[in-house]
Amino acid sequence: MAELQFREAIKAAIDEEMARDEKVLVMGEEVAEYNGAYKTTEGLLDKYGYKRVIDTPISELGFAGIGVGAAMNGLRPIVEFMTFNFAVLAADQIINHASKVKYMTGGQIDCPIVFRGPNASAGQLGATHSVAYDSMYAHFPGLKVIYTSEPDDAKGLLKSAIRDDNPVLFMESEQMYGLKGEVSDEEDYIIPIGKGKIKREGEQVTLVAHGKMYHLAVQAAKELAKDGVECEIIDPRTVKPLDLPLIIESIKKTNRCVILDEAHPFGGLAAEVGFLIQREAFDYLDAPVQRVTLPDVCAPFAKNLFDLWYPSVKQVVDAVNQVTYRN
Amino acid sequence: MAKKKSGNVEFAPRGIGDEKSGAVQKGVDLPAATKSKHKDLGLSAAKLKAMYEQMYLQRRFEERAMQQYQKGKFGGFLHLYIGQEAISTGTTFALNDDDDIITAYRDHGWGLCRGISANEGMAELFGKATGCSRGKGGSMHFAKAENHFWGGYGIVGGHIPIGGGLAFANKYEQNGRISTCFFGDGAVDQGALHETFNIAQLWKLPAIFVVENNGYSMGTAARRHTVADIVDRADGYGMKSAVINGMDVFSVYEKMKEIADDVRKNSEPWFVEIRTYRYRGHSMSDPQKYRTKEELEEYQKIDPIERLKTYILENDIAKEAALEKIEEKVEQEVLDAVEFADNSDFPKDEELYEDMFVEDNPYFHT
Repeated sequence: MAELQFREAIKAAIDEEMARDEKVLVMGEEVAEYNGAYKTTEGLLDKYGYKRVIDTPISELGFAGIGVGAAMNGLRPIVEFMTFNFAVLAADQIINHASKVKYMTGGQIDCPIVFRGPNASAGQLGATHSVAYDSMYAHFPGLKVIYTSEPDDAKGLLKSAIRDDNPVLFMESEQMYGLKGEVSDEEDYIIPIGKGKIKREGEQVTLVAHGKMYHLAVQAAKELAKDGVECEIIDPRTVKPLDLPLIIESIKKTNRCVILDEAHPFGGLAAEVGFLIQREAFDYLDAPVQRVTLPDVCAPFAKNLFDLWYPSVKQVVDAVNQVTYRN
Repeated sequence: MAKKKSGNVEFAPRGIGDEKSGAVQKGVDLPAATKSKHKDLGLSAAKLKAMYEQMYLQRRFEERAMQQYQKGKFGGFLHLYIGQEAISTGTTFALNDDDDIITAYRDHGWGLCRGISANEGMAELFGKATGCSRGKGGSMHFAKAENHFWGGYGIVGGHIPIGGGLAFANKYEQNGRISTCFFGDGAVDQGALHETFNIAQLWKLPAIFVVENNGYSMGTAARRHTVADIVDRADGYGMKSAVINGMDVFSVYEKMKEIADDVRKNSEPWFVEIRTYRYRGHSMSDPQKYRTKEELEEYQKIDPIERLKTYILENDIAKEAALEKIEEKVEQEVLDAVEFADNSDFPKDEELYEDMFVEDNPYFHT
C-alpha cells in the first residue's frame, strides 16, 4: 500500500492507462501546459506529448462532442471538465449523443469515452458552481456514473472506466483532491464498476453515503459510537449501476437506514435508494428510511447560509436518532 | 427619466405575408453551375450512369416512402431529401469510400449513397428488424458504420462537434481519411457550430463542414433566422470556404473533390455552403405556408436529376432507352424494398434491451 493524495491516484490511473493503450488521450481546459487546474494531469504532457494531452478552449459542448466523435471513430478519450457544473453546457453531447448513439444505430457504433472532473459543492462558490450532477446523469440509460470518496476507489475505478467500452462519467471533488489515503500498489489495480463497499461495519443502522458525503458519514459514525450506536457505512462508489444487493444485505442486518446525498432532494440517489429499500426490504425495516440531502434551494454565498445549506454531521446524527427512536 | 418611444416594436423579420412586389421570393440564390464537362472532371460514361441511377434511386425511394407513410405503414417523422440529391451523390462520388460522412436527420439519401440498400432503408422506415439500424433508429437514424456513414442525427447542430471528432481521430491515427459533416441551414445558428469551427481551425482538423442551405429552417426562411450570407461565418474563423450550386451534380462533384484533396493534403478544415432546395415540406405534417407554389416551381424547373438526364442525352453518353432501363430497374428495386419491409418482422420483444451497452449482460435499473 502507498499513501497517495486523491489527485495522485487519479493521475496514476490515467498515466497507467495511457501507457497501456495508445488510443487513450486526455483533453480539457488547462490539462496540458498548465498541468491541470487541480493537478490531476500534472506531468502527463511531458510524458505523452501534445498529441495525447490536449488543451481545449472553454467550449464544453464543442470539445465534449469532439471527444464523442473521436470515441465513435476508434479512440478512447478522457474528457476532463473543470467541474461538472460547466459540463451542463455539454449535456447535449453526453445525454443526446454519447448515451444514445449505440442504441439508435442498432448497435453499430460504440462510444468508449470517460467524462471526468469535480462534482458538487466546493465551499462558498455560489449557486452555479455547487451542484451535484451524479444522480441527474444516472437517470439516463446508457451511462455509467461513478463518484468515489477515497483515493483507492478512485484509482481502481478510473482505470475500469477508461477500459470500459461504454460512456462513463467519473466524478471527483475539488475538496477531496488533497485527501490522502492508502492505495493498493497491486500491479494493474482494477475495481469493477458497480461494486460498492462496506467501509465500516455496524449493527444498528446502515448509512449509505458516497463521494464527499462518505466522509460526513464517517464523522457522524464516530460521534454516534460514543453513544454506543454502531453504524454500518456502505459506499456505493458507483451510482449506476448501483450495488443494490450490498445495501439490502446491510438493511436486513440493521433494519434501519439513513441515506446521505450531496444532491438536492427531488429524484436523487437518496430518493431512489429509499424506494428500492421499501421494495426489496419492506419487512425488514424497523423505521422509515431517512435521508440527509441539500435543501431544495440554490447554493448561497454567505457563510452562515452556506453552513445551513450544506449537509452537516448534526443532521446525520439527528437522522440516525430518528430511525433508532433515540430522540 | 428617458422618454418612451412611439411606434411598433418587432423582432424577427417577417415572412412572405409581407411581400408586395409580386416577384417570386427565392429561398436561396444559386451560384453559377460549373462549365466543366464530364471528361474534364474525369467522369466516365459508366460513372455518369451510376450517378444517374444513384440520384434516381434516392428520389424514387423517398416518393415510395412518402406513399407508404400516407398509407399508414409506419409512423414517426419523415424528412424528405427530394430536390437535394445532387449533394449526396456528387459528394460520395468525390470522396474516397473510407472517408467519413455524418449528417442530420434528412439522411435517407446519404445512407443510400453509402451502401444502405433500398431494402435495409425501407425496412428501417417501417421499424423492422431487417432495417439498417435494426429498427431502433427509424427515419432520422439511418447508419452504416462499416461504410463510414456514421448516421443521421436528430438534434439540430448536435452532430457538428461529432463530425469534428471523427476528423480528430483520423488526424490522431494519421490514416489519410477525412471527415465530412452535413447539416441544414437551421444548424448554423447553434453554438455547437461555432465552438466546433473554432476548435477545428485551431487544431487543424481534416474536416469539411457543409451546410446544405435549402432556404428554410423548417418554416423559417434563411433571411428570417440568420444574418449575412451563411458562408461568411468561415471568415470569422479564418477558415477556407466555398459556395456551390447544389442543383447541379457536376458542380458538387468538382468542388468537393478539389476541397477533399486540399483537406487531405493540408489537414485544414473547410466550411462549404451548398445551396439547394427541398421540394417537400420540412416533415410530413408541413402545410408549407411559408413559401409560394411559384417559388417551388422555379426550382423544380432546374431539377438536378432532369439536368443530369438532359446532359447524358444531349452529349450522347447513353440513349434514352438505356436510361429508361435504369429507371425501371430502380423502380423495381424500390417496389421490392416496400414488399421486403412489409414482410419483414418487427424486432423481437427482447431486442428492447439490446444495443444499450457493449457487454452481453448489462445492468438495467428497475
